[in-house]
Amino acid sequence: MILRLLFAAAALVGYQTGPAVCDETKLAAPIVYLSRAYAEPLPLSLVEPIITDKGLQGARLGLSDNVATGRILKHDYTLVERVSSDKAGVVAAARDLLGNGHRLIVADLEPDELLAVADLAEAQDAIILNARSSNDALRGASCRHNVFHVAPSFAMRADALAQYLAWKQWRNWFLVYGDTPMDAEYVAAIKRAAARFGAKIVEERKYTFDPGNRRAETGHQQIQTQMPLLTQGARDHDVVFVSDLDEAFGEYLLWRTSLPKPVVGTQGLMAVAWHRSYEQYGGSQLQGRFEKFAKRLMTERDYLAWLATRVFGEAITRANTVDAAGLRAFLLSKAFTVAGFKGQGLSFRKWDRQLRQPLLLTGPRSLVSMSPQDGFLHEKFLTDTLGYDEPETHCRLPN
Amino acid sequence: MLRKLSLSLLIAAVPLGAEAARAAQIYVSNERDNTVTVLDSETLQIIKVIATGRRPRGIVITPDYKEVIVCIGDDNRLDVIDTEKLEVVRTYDASGPDPELLAVDRKGDRIYVANEDDGLVTVLDRASGKALAEVPVGVEPEGMGVSPDGGIVVNTSEQTSMAHFINTKTFEVVANVLVDTRPRVAEFTLDGREAWVSAEVGGTVSIIDAKTFQILYKLTFDISGVRPELVQPIGVRFTLDGKTAFVALGPSNRIAVIDVATHKIKDYILVGQRPWHIALKPDGTKLYAANGLTNDMTVIDVTTLKAEKTVQVGRLPWGIAIKP
Repeated sequence: MILRLLFAAAALVGYQTGPAVCDETKLAAPIVYLSRAYAEPLPLSLVEPIITDKGLQGARLGLSDNVATGRILKHDYTLVERVSSDKAGVVAAARDLLGNGHRLIVADLEPDELLAVADLAEAQDAIILNARSSNDALRGASCRHNVFHVAPSFAMRADALAQYLAWKQWRNWFLVYGDTPMDAEYVAAIKRAAARFGAKIVEERKYTFDPGNRRAETGHQQIQTQMPLLTQGARDHDVVFVSDLDEAFGEYLLWRTSLPKPVVGTQGLMAVAWHRSYEQYGGSQLQGRFEKFAKRLMTERDYLAWLATRVFGEAITRANTVDAAGLRAFLLSKAFTVAGFKGQGLSFRKWDRQLRQPLLLTGPRSLVSMSPQDGFLHEKFLTDTLGYDEPETHCRLPN
Repeated sequence: MLRKLSLSLLIAAVPLGAEAARAAQIYVSNERDNTVTVLDSETLQIIKVIATGRRPRGIVITPDYKEVIVCIGDDNRLDVIDTEKLEVVRTYDASGPDPELLAVDRKGDRIYVANEDDGLVTVLDRASGKALAEVPVGVEPEGMGVSPDGGIVVNTSEQTSMAHFINTKTFEVVANVLVDTRPRVAEFTLDGREAWVSAEVGGTVSIIDAKTFQILYKLTFDISGVRPELVQPIGVRFTLDGKTAFVALGPSNRIAVIDVATHKIKDYILVGQRPWHIALKPDGTKLYAANGLTNDMTVIDVTTLKAEKTVQVGRLPWGIAIKP
């Protein structure tokens, strides 16, 4: 009965990607991709292309994967894409879609917009998949019952690097970080990781200089002297751990530090959910399919939006329903796993609705390792050694 | 006719043990090395390392044992190894893009290839090398299994999590069976009544009735001391009497031994790291497992169910074919 109603609602809304098909035998499964066109910093490296549809292309590929299965099971998947220019626009779009019966949302949003949408009265029975933000508070004190996290948290990223650094016995970290609120979040996660895995932050420095436009034809001479200045005289350390999420200077640390030390963090060796260098566990297939589909390389945000769309597809395929309450229960059940080319089924943590996942540790051009590292033990899931485990969580949810 | 005759003679000879003493040749595809290693089954010495195209994975021997056919994923073709000359003598270029796994029917007339990148199963005429059909299936097709009578071929699609049953006369998909996540291999029981489909990430083997296309049973593997996510079923093979099945369990580094009649798991045999594909010696006495991460191959005695020996092959060994 509920299914019928939802189907009728979806049919009324119509589909952005094609005319409504009123085939009684089909289960309409519309998925919303909701985003805001944020002003994003340009990559410092000229080698990196400027991409304006990160995330969206991943969701589209995820849709096409869902459609392939759905065609056979008579599940009619569609993707409703809404990208707004400001926060008010995002909230208005969400209201409009929720009012029209949509309940399954892939959110390519920062915490502010994400929470504004999650807290809408009409969103209380929706399922919102966070495919972008690594903010730890979203999984902690600010967690919401209707928000699941496909993106890895900052804590997971920092822990993934910390485990590898512990394995290397590179235990003395020199922390250098940028001046943005997001850097502050990652820095907190890095400090927590150091405490958890027996590392020591021997010194920390904030870098506030703005290098400006990415074009710097003769600027390399200045950079060559700036980076040693930033890093000189630091206490004895094994690595420089950098947090520079806005790509203002991190790229410039490589080969320019005062002492010859490896750089890890947001540049150098990075903990990510996806990277072009990754080919393990069938990953080449996804890279290849994405490149054919979008005519460019797959970024981490594309992967996360792809994975979020696949989470909905997998749940609908297995539970054979689009009812949000049924799907939410299924996503939190033991029966749910989704394949993300990581060599194991990925499932949601009950306590904060974070998707468990191994993370890639990658340099600019090749995969270095994957965490969790061997030797770090957990009674249930090795992947729960990354991020906030059940006893540590600040998230309090009713069920 | 001649081929049929020699095949039935061969089957008749097996119970007499006439094949037991003969040395077989074991062909192992090495994904990373772009080679196929050929070993002597009795001495386990390497006879030859044959250069192939880039990224050799799926490997089968033709029923007349004259040719070993290898999927060459990165060169979008199949390489054909002459089992007398022990070299690549020709290629099939109409295999479709990125071939990963293949199967040959029992008559040896047709080659069925899973094209991982294109969501297709390509049917090749073995003699002419021409593509007879391209059958659209799910996303990332992989496993290929031909029924004993050649009437049905089963393909698995990893991303779609389905086993697609294809009629080999009409090239139509007659059934799509939803199985667990990332199905990798499809293998018919010797009587043709069931298709066993392994699911790598799902951690199960679905036993599908080949007539009704219903899932009759799902095998799960609970190994004490091994985390469940490491149990990743891939290769499936049956003993010659059809009573016992072997399933390679990937990163759990084990081969499961299953009683086909009761579906009970009789044993787990520890082998090298990440066994994917396995093959039975044509006389039925030994099972061989290609261990991807330790660059070696484990020999298992089918009677005692003991891993007897592990020998080095090339890098990232993937699949195995055997000439008696």
